[in-house]
Amino acid sequence: MATKKFMFVNRKAPYGTVYALESLEVVLISAAFEQDVSLAFIDDGVYQITKGQDTTGIGQKNFSNTYKALGDYEIKKLYVEKESLEERGLTQDDLMDLVWEDEDDDWAEKPSIIMVNRSEMADVMADQEVTLSF
Amino acid sequence: MKFTIMINEGPYQHQSADTALQFCRAVLAQGHEIFRVFFYHDGVNNGSSLSVPPGDDRLLQKEWSELSKENDLDLVICIAAAQRRGLMDADEAKRQGFDSNNMIEGFRISGLGQLIEGGIEADRTVVFGD
Repeated sequence: MATKKFMFVNRKAPYGTVYALESLEVVLISAAFEQDVSLAFIDDGVYQITKGQDTTGIGQKNFSNTYKALGDYEIKKLYVEKESLEERGLTQDDLMDLVWEDEDDDWAEKPSIIMVNRSEMADVMADQEVTLSF
Repeated sequence: MKFTIMINEGPYQHQSADTALQFCRAVLAQGHEIFRVFFYHDGVNNGSSLSVPPGDDRLLQKEWSELSKENDLDLVICIAAAQRRGLMDADEAKRQGFDSNNMIEGFRISGLGQLIEGGIEADRTVVFGD
């Protein structure tokens, strides 16, 4: 089967609606199809990969650890929009340390998060072949 | 041109299901091909056979069903999303031990791989949602 550039655009907070959780389910399936996968985090979507998520008080499943497993599925391009972080008073330090292991470099851990500004994000999106937004 | 359509919202709550239906009709009217229509999130409710809107309102599920019949459309409902929301065809109902089912004719239940395959096979993938 052909390989295409797939981008999953995450725009919503991790809890409150089911979009983020069900988006991750699609992302993991796309990895099984060996596609060229990127993720974008914009607007409230940046909250999906913040550190220290605790859902004990709201009766929702905490699925934030799944993002840490993405590297194991060869999903290693996570574009985060700087303006979306800034508008919410967040910095990259508030995000989880998401990495992938480079088998060509003695399994060295390398960062998966790529910080881009709004216009760079537009360029990345324009380069995609299939864009699914959640 | 070959299209795959993804629909992420249910009927009535959001207009996106109507817009998607109108888009599909326009695509077909212009001689293009629809490879697949994939229903995800609350979009799976577009396949329910048990909706009864007031008489002066449209019955979206039936419109999808008829469009599928007339154009041999592949309408696919995501199994994981459908299971969460209580939508099932006869086979799935039997498998889960339920004595009733509620999927309207013209839809089928399958996995998320069908969406990815749709993205690969189509020239354009268009998402309708919130």
